[in-house]
Amino acid sequence: MQLNTLSVHHLSELMGKKEVSSEELTRFYLEHISRVEDKIKAFVTLTKEEALARARAVDERRARGEELSPLAGIPTAAGDNICTRGVKTTCASQILYNFIPPYDATVAGRLKGAGAILVGKCNMDEFAMGSSTENSGYFATSNPFDFDAVPGGSGGGAAAAVAAGEAAFALGTDAGGGIRQPAAFCGVIGFKPTYGYASRFGLISHVSSLGQIGVFTRDMTDLALILNEICGHDDKDATSASVDVPDFRKSLVNDVKGLRIGLPGEYFGTDVSPRVAAKVREAIVKLEELGAVCEEVAMPHIEYAPAAHYIISSAEASSNLARFDGIRHGLRVEAEDVLTMFKKTRGQGFGEEVKRRIMLGTFALSAGNYEAYYVKALKVRTLVKQDFDRAFEKFDCLLTPTSPATPFKIGEKAGDPVAMYLSKVYTMPANLAGVPAMSLPFGLVEGLPVGLQLMARHFDEGTLLRVGYTLEQSTDQTRLKPGLLL
Amino acid sequence: MKITEQEVEHVALMSRLDLTADEKATYTQSLNAILDYLDMLNKLDTTGVEPAAHVLPLKNVYREDKLQPGLDKEQALANAPEEEAGAFKVPRIV
Repeated sequence: MQLNTLSVHHLSELMGKKEVSSEELTRFYLEHISRVEDKIKAFVTLTKEEALARARAVDERRARGEELSPLAGIPTAAGDNICTRGVKTTCASQILYNFIPPYDATVAGRLKGAGAILVGKCNMDEFAMGSSTENSGYFATSNPFDFDAVPGGSGGGAAAAVAAGEAAFALGTDAGGGIRQPAAFCGVIGFKPTYGYASRFGLISHVSSLGQIGVFTRDMTDLALILNEICGHDDKDATSASVDVPDFRKSLVNDVKGLRIGLPGEYFGTDVSPRVAAKVREAIVKLEELGAVCEEVAMPHIEYAPAAHYIISSAEASSNLARFDGIRHGLRVEAEDVLTMFKKTRGQGFGEEVKRRIMLGTFALSAGNYEAYYVKALKVRTLVKQDFDRAFEKFDCLLTPTSPATPFKIGEKAGDPVAMYLSKVYTMPANLAGVPAMSLPFGLVEGLPVGLQLMARHFDEGTLLRVGYTLEQSTDQTRLKPGLLL
Repeated sequence: MKITEQEVEHVALMSRLDLTADEKATYTQSLNAILDYLDMLNKLDTTGVEPAAHVLPLKNVYREDKLQPGLDKEQALANAPEEEAGAFKVPRIV
């Protein structure tokens, strides 16, 4: 049995029926990791011994007849910007090369409480700044469908780990598409909840007003199970929303009859590759056959979203990353006075893109530029948000390509920061508006995965689950496997 | 040019980043390319539009004022590059 292509709920059933123990399952994953990891390079840190010890503990609880969460005993992974108590958390940066958090991020703690088994921490673009995972301070990760192609970013390691069968699901973070774009590139589901739905406590954030913790999964049922664990208010996060969390499994409804789906023309323009657009149109035809009503909708400010996002995210990064100063944690480059120590530590500890964004943000916030750049971007954010509000007056959700193109080659965009930034042009608007958004795999183009993006109203993740579940039940295009798992 | 090499030097100082001469030159070039791209926002008239700093209507978020367990001193100092007498040690400031 190929345990590393099965979904979480299927693995959970097998463990419930005692057909496999959590320890056996964890060993299976760890052995698979050691076979494929030299090609994929998804992990910065592996936690083999801790994983096996936790798996044995879950098996003991099961043997005692305890009632367990469906996530109990399931091998999982997390992006390396999510704090894990006692496990090195580097943000893929040299400046945090030795940082061991003394606490768990709330979301990581909830998964641990549910009995999920962390097998390792995943590679990413340094401090989640990038679109390809090439900006890691350690090494690049490969796409499981083509080892010469990028896995997307910033969460390329976590997406690749799930796609390559190295983890059954993974946590990631999405401030501009850091979950959805790599999910699309690696052929897995990527989900960013509504801003405020999942706690950000313990996320080493670079963009506080845009970023959310979310997940990579293999199917929609798994997604519902994990959202059930990670969503909900947290006193430790002042941006956490006080709303009731439903049982997301109730949204796994195989029916889209009468559902109104908007197709923003701005996402189907000249940017998108014709073959990706054709694939997305196949999904639209399928949804129409199943009874959904798909119509075009205008979102005239969407084209300005990436520029506004560039300014807001860099401004917030310049402020958030001020805390890395060689005093409380991570790298310190010694110097005779404190100013030189700050400058040398930060100059050597941060990589090229991180330094560029810190400087761009500092520039955009400085006297004389603040109104022209930062305030202007916040006004554009209002207009983008209004585009979404208007679209949702008429439509239950919006459907677009997740990315304008299939994965590019490693090195292809490395010298052009603007081109790299714009490879996430379709995912950034949802972060500006704070709406929930998902990328669902939908077939291959020349052997590489295509992602459909679905976006809904604030706190209406249910509609996304419903559309995704219906498509999953109606076509096999949502289940993709790379060659190494065939 | 929207930002000169001298201005990049100043921004680097404000950002507490030590840059090599090569880095100053390449960042001047790439930051100008980004600022050129950002020019597109000027096509959009935003007169009278309220800036949105946040997407949810959150305001004055409080929690109950009661004692909660926190990190002890040893845990808080565990990642310090240098410590002395139970405190973070820094280079001479004054």
